[in-house]
Amino acid sequence: MLIATKPRQAGDIPPVSPSYVPGAIGSVTSGEQKRQMKSAPARADWVAHVIRIRDARDETAFAELFAHFAPRVKAFLMRSGGDPAIAEECAQEVMVTLWRKAHLFDPARASVATWIFTIARNKRIDVLRRQRRPEPEDLSWGPEEAPDQADIVALQQESAQLSAAIARLPETQRELIQRAYFGEMSHGEIAAATGLPLGTIKSRIRLALDRLRHAMK
Amino acid sequence: MTDEITHHLTDALLMAYSAGTLPEAFNLAVATHVSMCDACRAAAESYDAVGGALLAETESQEMAADALSSALAMIRDTPAEAPAPRPADVPAPLAGYIGGSLADVTWRPVGMGVKQAVLKTSPEATARLLYIPAGAAMPDHGHKGLELTLVLRGAFFDEDARFGPGDVEVATEADEHTPIADIGEDCICLAVTDAPLKFRGWLPRLAQPFLGI
Repeated sequence: MLIATKPRQAGDIPPVSPSYVPGAIGSVTSGEQKRQMKSAPARADWVAHVIRIRDARDETAFAELFAHFAPRVKAFLMRSGGDPAIAEECAQEVMVTLWRKAHLFDPARASVATWIFTIARNKRIDVLRRQRRPEPEDLSWGPEEAPDQADIVALQQESAQLSAAIARLPETQRELIQRAYFGEMSHGEIAAATGLPLGTIKSRIRLALDRLRHAMK
Repeated sequence: MTDEITHHLTDALLMAYSAGTLPEAFNLAVATHVSMCDACRAAAESYDAVGGALLAETESQEMAADALSSALAMIRDTPAEAPAPRPADVPAPLAGYIGGSLADVTWRPVGMGVKQAVLKTSPEATARLLYIPAGAAMPDHGHKGLELTLVLRGAFFDEDARFGPGDVEVATEADEHTPIADIGEDCICLAVTDAPLKFRGWLPRLAQPFLGI
């Protein structure tokens, strides 16, 4: 249950309040969920940043996300074959897209790192491969509805566990997965890069989708 | 719709979609199926989580000194994006490739009442819409490599299996398959193949034994 990833580093600004989904906290009842809530800010603080952008167009939150993620997106794009100038420009655009699409982020289905990965991947296909990237129809919560706090905490926690599982993989296998996701191998080779514990997170996302579909009715 | 789907994408395709290594035509078929199927959406998003974990752990490349101020200038320049309107009769990713809706498609006859429309994608793979009249067989089209056939309207049978709206048939070169549209309704499919696709003389597969081809 420990957190493997460390979104915050020494010297960064202090964590923001965990009350990023107004009204949802009251729905957390069980002792287990309360324990999860207590440790949630360290795991979910990037979620709070995106919510602050969505609800308050908060430029401070944007600047903090930018400082953490833009250099990683730039590294990802350079590894995918982009030259430094293009990677720099694209990394900026990826972060701007995060700002513009903040209303589509669903913390019950993705961590902030996951969401930024999808934006960066699409940018890579768009700019480096010069192709359109068809994306699934958006499914997002309406203004009246919000995902349950416990679902958000659970998904964020399971994302951290997936990171830990990847970190524990043998070097060769981790390298294979990295090459696949960083655009360094073809889809024919990818089938080999399996064996990750994805069942839990897949079930969690499915549950969140069921709740979202119900709310959309 | 999402609960009635029984024929899904493979994990290898969903992972490749998430990693971003598929040709555009396959991305289109995957995005369209995922729009109709929450089981595959959940699987695709779990593969996205792998990408997120890798991004979180990757090394950093220093950004230019004025990077943040440039980005701030860009976000002040533009309003937040409004939700896209939902298209009427096809999932959103497909709508952009057919000019909006099925009513906008320019069909070309390929024989025996079957019509097709080739969609504009990158050249490594081909995407087409197929219109198969009720009860008719899909013409033999000699695909090479991988072929995905996603039902948008109506249904088809292949061997013993029935493929209805949202179902996707994943076939390789080795598969003998003879899709026949369900008798009740004309069938519209999105078909995607690895290689540029050639119909062999527009003859339905069933007619071939008699003609000795």
